[in-house]
Amino acid sequence: MNIALLGKKIGMSQVFDEDNRLVPVTVIEAGPCPVVQIKSADTDGYDAIQLGYGAQKAHRLSKAELGHVNKAKVEPVSNLQEFRTSGDTELNVGDVLTVDRFEAGQKIDIIGTSKGRGFQGVVKRYGFAGGPASHGSMFHRRGGSYGMCQWPGHVIKGKKMPGHMGDVQRTVQNLEVVKVIADKNLILIKGSVPGSKGGLVTVRTAVKQKRAHA
Amino acid sequence: MSQSIIDEITKDQLKDDRSDFKVGDGVRVHLKVKEGDKTRIQVFPGIVIARKGSGIGESFTVRRIASGVGVEKVFPVHSPAIEKVEIDRESITMRARMYYMRDRIGKAANQVKEKRLFERRS
Repeated sequence: MNIALLGKKIGMSQVFDEDNRLVPVTVIEAGPCPVVQIKSADTDGYDAIQLGYGAQKAHRLSKAELGHVNKAKVEPVSNLQEFRTSGDTELNVGDVLTVDRFEAGQKIDIIGTSKGRGFQGVVKRYGFAGGPASHGSMFHRRGGSYGMCQWPGHVIKGKKMPGHMGDVQRTVQNLEVVKVIADKNLILIKGSVPGSKGGLVTVRTAVKQKRAHA
Repeated sequence: MSQSIIDEITKDQLKDDRSDFKVGDGVRVHLKVKEGDKTRIQVFPGIVIARKGSGIGESFTVRRIASGVGVEKVFPVHSPAIEKVEIDRESITMRARMYYMRDRIGKAANQVKEKRLFERRS
């Protein structure tokens, strides 16, 4: 079954696999995530489950949020997120999802917010080559021509220019689960994951599976 | 906080018999090599010229001269593929990393200032 969990990026490390190779892993603390609400097509227009994550003091929630978690009879949470489902789900409000729903070797997707880089030029932001550094060049890290002249008379939409870089939602698909440590709510994923340490990430079963070769 | 979690989950993979050799030591690294379904031990002798990193990511570099060509191998210190690290000889080093060994040729390439482990009888 497709499931998703909210979690926190702890950091990166390495572990040895069974062939004695050193595998780079990202450690993510995922769950436990209580089901706060179940939405259905009849009442809400679409099917989804709403998960909570992260302990929060009750007085830090607004009255509306507090009423929402009290209705579901779950502890106050700091984050709420909806995940679309395909209609009937065996989950009930108040059920708690944990990392033991994932297993080692499984493919997953990670959704996170990439690190913010601030306002950056085109060399860092898009990998432009820039100009020569010396010999009186006077054209160092600029992006070249912005387009043609009187026709079309404007810069073409989507032209790569300097601007804000990073701090956007990014999804990394088909990462491999190396290990699940259920008693500590930890999940070890091969490779890197967007975002800084402590950043909120979503762990879900991979939506695009590689087709098996016939 | 987050580092302590990582330390804890990698703790059981750390080997406690890997702390005795240091930079400058002549060592024989006994490596488990898998061939088909059999494993055999391959020995890589040489001088430890660097040891860096910490925790599970700690590594060391062994340099030797094999048939006239300098060969360096980098091993993870806590690798399960390493059966054991034998220490042949110890030496006195003035550097944390002995990268100057790479510039040495001929007889000097294998020479390190040896630590006298016992007083020589006159």
